[in-house]
Amino acid sequence: MALDLRPPIESGCPDGFQYMHPVMRKNYGNWDYHEHPRPGVLLHVAKGGEQIWTVRAGTQRILDVFTLRKLCDIGDKFADGYVRFTIRSNIEYMISEESKVQALIDALEAEGFVVGGTKNSVAMISHTQGWLHCDIPGTDASGVVKAMMDELIDEFRENNMPNRVHITTSCCQINCGGQGDIAINVQHTKPPKINHDLVSNVCERPSVVARCPVAAIRPAQVNGKPSLEVDEKKCICCGACFPPCPPMQINDAEHSKLAVWVGGNHSNARGKPTFQKLVAAGIPNNPPRWPEATAIVKRILAAYKEDARDWERINDWIERVGWPRFFELTGLPFTKFHIDNWKGARRSLNSSTHIRF
Amino acid sequence: MANQHHDTPMLDELENGPWPSFISGIKRLRDQHSDERINGMANDLLGQLEHSYETRKGYWKGGTVSVFGYGSGIIPRFSEVGSSFPESKEFHTLRVQPPAGNYYTTDMLRQLGDSWEKWGSGLVTFHGQTGNIMFIGTTTDNTQHFFDEVNEYGWDLGGAGPCVRTGMSCVGAARCEMSNIDEMRIHRTLLNNFTDDVHRPALPYKFKFKVSGCGNDCMNSIERSDFAIIGTWRDNMKVDQDEVKAFVEKKGREYVIDNVVTRCPTKALSLKDDNTMEVDNRNCVRCMHCMNVMVKALGPGEDKGATILIGGKRTLKIGDLMGTVVVPFMKLESDEDYEKLTEMAEETIDFWAENGLEHERCGEMIERIGLVNFLEGVGIEVDPNMVNDPRQSSYVRMDDWDQEAEKWFNRKAEEKAAAAAG
Repeated sequence: MALDLRPPIESGCPDGFQYMHPVMRKNYGNWDYHEHPRPGVLLHVAKGGEQIWTVRAGTQRILDVFTLRKLCDIGDKFADGYVRFTIRSNIEYMISEESKVQALIDALEAEGFVVGGTKNSVAMISHTQGWLHCDIPGTDASGVVKAMMDELIDEFRENNMPNRVHITTSCCQINCGGQGDIAINVQHTKPPKINHDLVSNVCERPSVVARCPVAAIRPAQVNGKPSLEVDEKKCICCGACFPPCPPMQINDAEHSKLAVWVGGNHSNARGKPTFQKLVAAGIPNNPPRWPEATAIVKRILAAYKEDARDWERINDWIERVGWPRFFELTGLPFTKFHIDNWKGARRSLNSSTHIRF
Repeated sequence: MANQHHDTPMLDELENGPWPSFISGIKRLRDQHSDERINGMANDLLGQLEHSYETRKGYWKGGTVSVFGYGSGIIPRFSEVGSSFPESKEFHTLRVQPPAGNYYTTDMLRQLGDSWEKWGSGLVTFHGQTGNIMFIGTTTDNTQHFFDEVNEYGWDLGGAGPCVRTGMSCVGAARCEMSNIDEMRIHRTLLNNFTDDVHRPALPYKFKFKVSGCGNDCMNSIERSDFAIIGTWRDNMKVDQDEVKAFVEKKGREYVIDNVVTRCPTKALSLKDDNTMEVDNRNCVRCMHCMNVMVKALGPGEDKGATILIGGKRTLKIGDLMGTVVVPFMKLESDEDYEKLTEMAEETIDFWAENGLEHERCGEMIERIGLVNFLEGVGIEVDPNMVNDPRQSSYVRMDDWDQEAEKWFNRKAEEKAAAAAG
């Protein structure tokens, strides 16, 4: 069958107003304050007094059409048919009457969705595609997240943390999952294994050479064929060469590990935004449930919950108590790998007598 | 073969536990869907995924798939083990741009779901880390059919590759009292100005716009976008002293001092003996903390606008970069204000397209050439709000210091005159 090709309609980003709850449309830019009546529920009050109630629920994120329709059925039967999705892939139902809130929560929970994820909870973990769809993944973020949320579900449902906790996972060091209060990312520990028979056909060699952050890759003739070689002493095992040159396989069943980073915070509240810092590495990439990674995350959360003050994000807490205390409270080892040696690293060193005892 | 299920002992483990399981969802498509095509695709997808779990390797490779007229928006996936899992051997994702703010009616979600189950796997994510609706899994032919169908009723593809990427904006003015700008209008004005650059990749690398209505930056725009627009205000913050008193009454002075006053990064707050709050507005940096805690009592001012930061990105290649302030404050109300914003984005992208190296993000280019060269390239004057501190190193030539100082005084005099006139 020949395709009937027509030029695309380049409509770009659609107008959100057409899908917005009428109360939100009417009070656009005119909100007065909000309240948080219970975990997973927000009440926003407009200057004129109108109210919009939001119920937030966690899902499996990768939705099959049955689940999508179930979420729609709930929205039609128990809410007003208007939804949105948060940046962490939670679904939010907006309704104008308080009387509908409890029935909506009950309906969501009866179908296995998890109401929560607001305020000082452990929010839904933001994550990447992993083995399900990515071309360069070292792990399956969806699986890590499912296994971890099974264990953190009560922290998602409740508001027991000092402040909100954003966890992210990423299947390679490009870190598409982004910065997080806690980030669980793949960390390779061995240089790529090169299939020299394929390199010259598959890879644009100069751009692969240019891609390396430490100039460890150079063109070479191997077995009489043009290929690439890696100076393995220089190589930092970041995997940056793998996407442009798949014959430089970086993923390794044994040596691709997980690392945990903490203290990434995008907000400007209190301090300026911060990047996450390495705290643990060498964690086995252990499907299907990655228990070792979850155990470390739970250990960090327990120390934070116990020791941080109200409103302190993980980075605020560590800034107050210091890194030595963080390692003491979490029982994680401090190693030579924690001391940065990348460009600008001296700024991360302590040049003072500020030491806690 | 399609009806014979692959064994998935490892994936089955992910059906245990209380959190909703994506594996159970894929199995529903395999077992319960009325279309055999979807049953077979889901079965082979599970088979390949189980194989990944067993061997700890991924088996997708990229390629070139597009829709007619575009060079972007599809993430092509061909299986490297397609002979074992033939029905999911082509499993491309379509990135579709969501409405600004991610609003949907259930009717529209159903319509999208119906189209997707007609042409695709039936798996969808709202949204991927790029901000797109991810319609995960279809063949090369059906990519075009699905796009044609949803394109007819108002949906367009997002970016992929070296191009302007799909934007993101927070819920903002639609539901949040912290909002200082019209996030949806900014998002749509910028993205829809660069539609050609979204659909036809011709830039050094990706370029992202993200919009947050206040410094809480719920869209992570400083860390994750090349061009961050963040709402702020420049007059005094609002203080409702009756609400302050009510809050102190309820929570106690100690709570307010420990959780609000002492957390202010510039020590701009003082709780008075009569339980009112005094604010040193000249030194407030609009961090949002006190407003997050005392939602009813404290709020942004009236003279609202935006701060623009350029150059945020994650690790590759030179390390993480936050965006840098290039515009401390600009109004975003009139059509002229929006034109100014669009022009600035155009200048930035043009300069970077001209000067950026292949696979070099805008922030990396700025790191390489220095902020001043970038500013001169796009026609923006220097401002002390752009730095944490002035230069430490004395290794610099300053031949035309006098002219530069003169420029500064002239600018300040012009600003003063404009303020007096306006």
